[in-house]
Amino acid sequence: MPNYAWPPMPSRKVMGKPTKRLDGPQKASGKAKYSSDLNQPGLLFATILSCPHAHARVTSIDTSEAERLPGVTAVRVISPAGTEVQWEGTEIAAVAATSEEIAKDAIRKIKVRYEVLPHVVKEDDLSRVGNRAKAAGEQVTGDPDKAFQEADVTVEGHYGIPVINHCCLEPHGQVVEWNGDHINFYPSTQNVSGIGGDLAKSLTFNPANIHTRMQYVGGGFGSKFAADRWGVECAHLPKMSGGKPVKLFLDRATEMQIAGNRPSAFAKIKVGAKRDGSIVAWESESWATGGMGGGGMPPIPYVFTEIPNKRLRHSAVAVNAGPVRAWRAPNHPQASFLTCSALEDLAAKLKMDPVDLFDKNAGLTARAEVYRAQLKKGAEIMDWKRRWHPRGESGSGPVKQGMGLAINTWGGGGHASQCRCNIHPDGTVEVELCSQDLGTGTRTIITMVAAETLGLPLGAITLKIGDSVLPPSGGSGGSTTVGGVSSSTRKATVNALGKLFAAVAPSLGAQPDQLEAVDGRIQVKGNSAKSLTWQAACRKLGANKISEMGVNDQRNPQGLNSSGVGGIQMADVSVDTETGIVKINKFVAVQDCGLIINPKTAESQIFGAAIMGICGALFEERIMDVQTGKELNADMEFYKLAGIADIGDIVVHLDITPEHDKRGVVGLGEPPVIGVIASIGNAVANAVGVRVPRAPFTPDRVLAALEGRNS
Amino acid sequence: MQAFEYANPATIQEAVALLGSRWGEADVLAGGTDQISLMKEYLHTPQRVVNIKNIKELGGIHRAGGNLRIGATVTLDELMENAEVRRAFPSLHQAAEGVSSPQIRNMGTVGGDLCQRPRCWYYRNGCGLLAMKDGRSLVPDGENKYHAIFGNSGPAYFVSASSLGPALVALGAKVKLVSASGSREVAVEKFFVTPQNEQSREIALLPNELLTEILVPLAPTHNATYEVRQKEALDWPLAAASVALKMKGSTVASARVVLGHVAPTPWPAAQADQALAGKAITAETAEEAAKAAVAGATPLSQNGYKVQLARVAVKRALLQAARGRA
Ligand SMILES: Cc1cc2nc3c(=O)[nH]c(=O)nc-3n(C[C@H](O)[C@H](O)[C@H](O)COP(=O)(O)OP(=O)(O)OC[C@H]3O[C@@H](n4cnc5c(N)ncnc54)[C@H](O)[C@@H]3O)c2cc1C
Repeated sequence: MPNYAWPPMPSRKVMGKPTKRLDGPQKASGKAKYSSDLNQPGLLFATILSCPHAHARVTSIDTSEAERLPGVTAVRVISPAGTEVQWEGTEIAAVAATSEEIAKDAIRKIKVRYEVLPHVVKEDDLSRVGNRAKAAGEQVTGDPDKAFQEADVTVEGHYGIPVINHCCLEPHGQVVEWNGDHINFYPSTQNVSGIGGDLAKSLTFNPANIHTRMQYVGGGFGSKFAADRWGVECAHLPKMSGGKPVKLFLDRATEMQIAGNRPSAFAKIKVGAKRDGSIVAWESESWATGGMGGGGMPPIPYVFTEIPNKRLRHSAVAVNAGPVRAWRAPNHPQASFLTCSALEDLAAKLKMDPVDLFDKNAGLTARAEVYRAQLKKGAEIMDWKRRWHPRGESGSGPVKQGMGLAINTWGGGGHASQCRCNIHPDGTVEVELCSQDLGTGTRTIITMVAAETLGLPLGAITLKIGDSVLPPSGGSGGSTTVGGVSSSTRKATVNALGKLFAAVAPSLGAQPDQLEAVDGRIQVKGNSAKSLTWQAACRKLGANKISEMGVNDQRNPQGLNSSGVGGIQMADVSVDTETGIVKINKFVAVQDCGLIINPKTAESQIFGAAIMGICGALFEERIMDVQTGKELNADMEFYKLAGIADIGDIVVHLDITPEHDKRGVVGLGEPPVIGVIASIGNAVANAVGVRVPRAPFTPDRVLAALEGRNS
Repeated sequence: MQAFEYANPATIQEAVALLGSRWGEADVLAGGTDQISLMKEYLHTPQRVVNIKNIKELGGIHRAGGNLRIGATVTLDELMENAEVRRAFPSLHQAAEGVSSPQIRNMGTVGGDLCQRPRCWYYRNGCGLLAMKDGRSLVPDGENKYHAIFGNSGPAYFVSASSLGPALVALGAKVKLVSASGSREVAVEKFFVTPQNEQSREIALLPNELLTEILVPLAPTHNATYEVRQKEALDWPLAAASVALKMKGSTVASARVVLGHVAPTPWPAAQADQALAGKAITAETAEEAAKAAVAGATPLSQNGYKVQLARVAVKRALLQAARGRA
């Protein structure tokens, strides 16, 4: 079997070098075309009529006036009379027309009558959700009652983190075109290989007849895997519109109402410890919502899973609001927030530096040594030991500074991925796989792996992704893309190179396994005198190209990729105690992630994650109105996000070491977003001397906490 | 957006002839930063849209008599960068700067800033200006953390969106309103009104009138605006204060303290004005005036924190004005 192992760290020429995104210039100049940019002649525009009520039954629907509007080509009823609608924004009907304006006007001419039914849209106060809370069974480990009795110190607190949105800049949607009995499908997706099959299922249609293409996507964060109802509608509308292609993208409000959100999490937590900080007991009563399906329990206690005595209770609360979708590290940010807030409160009560508390209890985690080293590294970058002060002891001025800490863990690994490498007699190299680049740098790292294996510069590789005629590769979720595509690419390129070696070995008077590809040449190992240029070597192929596959074997990744990482995050904030405004001074992320193919895009992933977390810590929250059942801030004005000046200084430290490198490639998309809110919340508590129990840490909540009121 | 007739007049006279006698007949389009959103959300569905950006007479900033005359279509950016404004009216400069996106400052005009509609999320979600349901406003029992803490005995609970409003009230400015049948000058303080029913507006402008210019008296004052903003990036102030102080030596001869983003109109704080008269501005007198300014606040269920923010805004605006120059 060929040797697929990654080249040893010191001999890598391309991998491991900070490399700019290959598609950067396209994106920066606007040349990159997203599916929502498509605008071919004859294109029709579709719009969804959505339900204005949080809970209602459709009693009648009359589309006749809309159908008569000039320019309207098709009207489809999605929720016919009798349908019970469970959240605002639910799709009621769809209209296709020759312009977006006409489609919008037509929507307003559809007459729908509703019987409005009672709703529950808020879950922050468990005593006010009526029968909407469903208790999950109690989980007990050890003897928590006895452990709390024997503990030297116990702390109790309540904490909460609201539902937030994905806020993809490109909303969900697609263009669908029928070509005889074939469909050309141009979605905005994280899943180019799989989404066609999903659409086919809903249409009871042969998936082989769906051709899916997408080169760029404007954000997904876990919300863009399925074909969705609007995708199915968009596929039906052209048939009714004389075969013309149809474009349907959600508007911002509908996007925020129905295209996914992250579940909330609230909890009362009690922690018991010995005087030296060793944690002995945990008790939590948590609840969460993710829409009508309720919300599962975040994995608490997070990371410190080996606390010997535990009692966990959880209720899932069903609310009349759009359903959850995976959101970057599903349920981990919530778990990190609940756990690390409670531990910071414990440290404060013990008058202990939380770095010491986390270090002391690292034995309760699955990777004690990794976390200990990271705590040390983070503390060094933050100058923590010199600058940290006990909670609330931050001087007499109105602006208080504080520091906080949190922790993360994630799986990663490599998803299913197949790759083809073609080497042509003229020297051209094609690498082909139906993956997608979410903006994370996937294009760049695939090209780097191919260039590394083939001894070529990046520019010599032609990469094709984002087209379902190419070998299938998994959806980009769970931080599994980089592991999957790098492994399949490595194998395909090693296999193709093996074929090339076999073709040129005779003319170099050597055996194929004595050859190597370096610096654009094929040569006898270590002997550049016996070599051919890449071009000359490829000419030996005669008329036949090489075309070789590589498959990531998920059961046996052969050391190319693996899973399981940890990281820590530290925040330094200033809080104006007169206004309650929190500013981020500095944010430090120390992250372990195996073999790093491109330190630049890896670092950039962590910057992005930190920014996303800062938004969640300071600004983001879905605001539901009890009286009307409406999501009041389904926009980007009062659903607030940070701007550049709100972010502060972010320092990323990647644990690049031979030891981590040996583990192969591990994904990085998710872990660095996990502990951001928790670390900022802890920094705020450290600064102002009291816990602000609920995120985001807005002026009203900070001032309420300072005044001792519940926020 | 509902289809409309588009008019592109070149003079004030032509423009006012195109306006209607009732709201809904014709809407003025200046920078469009609010107007276009209102139309896209079907909150405004005018039959005619009258673009005023091609009317030369509506532009420019210059001295006129004892006033600085600011044309209605002067952009927020032009206002902010104007040397005379920077020198004489730092409070206006600071208020315009607070509209923290260069894009909006480049497009948005001073006339549009004064005439923009409230950002109350019930209004913007189609519940009506006063958010009435079954004869009661949704706001007092609803999500009111950004709503009014003054002037909120009903039926209006929204806050006036204009950041220039409070600064102009403090400076004693007037606006000129022109219709086909004539023109009138209205003190900015009187220009903002609290609507009493769903049909009325939050400004005194009539449907057939165009706001053509703002006149700011050039009397020397120490003036400043301080806005409490959670974000550096594009966002609305949570509370703000504009102050203008006529000084006699080192003491205040007369003061105008006006709160912003806390009431359906800019909110003059006469008690603060009185507290300052005859005093030098120090941390203590500023704090006292700030307390006086918010003494009569009537916060709703979720916006008590805005009382504190308004107080801080007054204190910081006064200290800033005292540090600055007339
Ligand atoms: C996210 C966001 C944040 C913002 N933050 C702030 C802020 O902090 N402070 C602040 O003050 N503003 C803020 N703005 C609002 C912005 O300043 C206004 O949208 C802008 O000033 C309006 O000017 P315009 O020329 O674009 O008006 P348009 O959008 O063209 O018009 C607005 C309204 O005024 C009417 N109108 C305009 N000019 C005249 C005239 N001369 N005579 C009669 N009627 C007229 C129009 O008919 C329309 O109803 C913000 C806006 C956004 C979107």
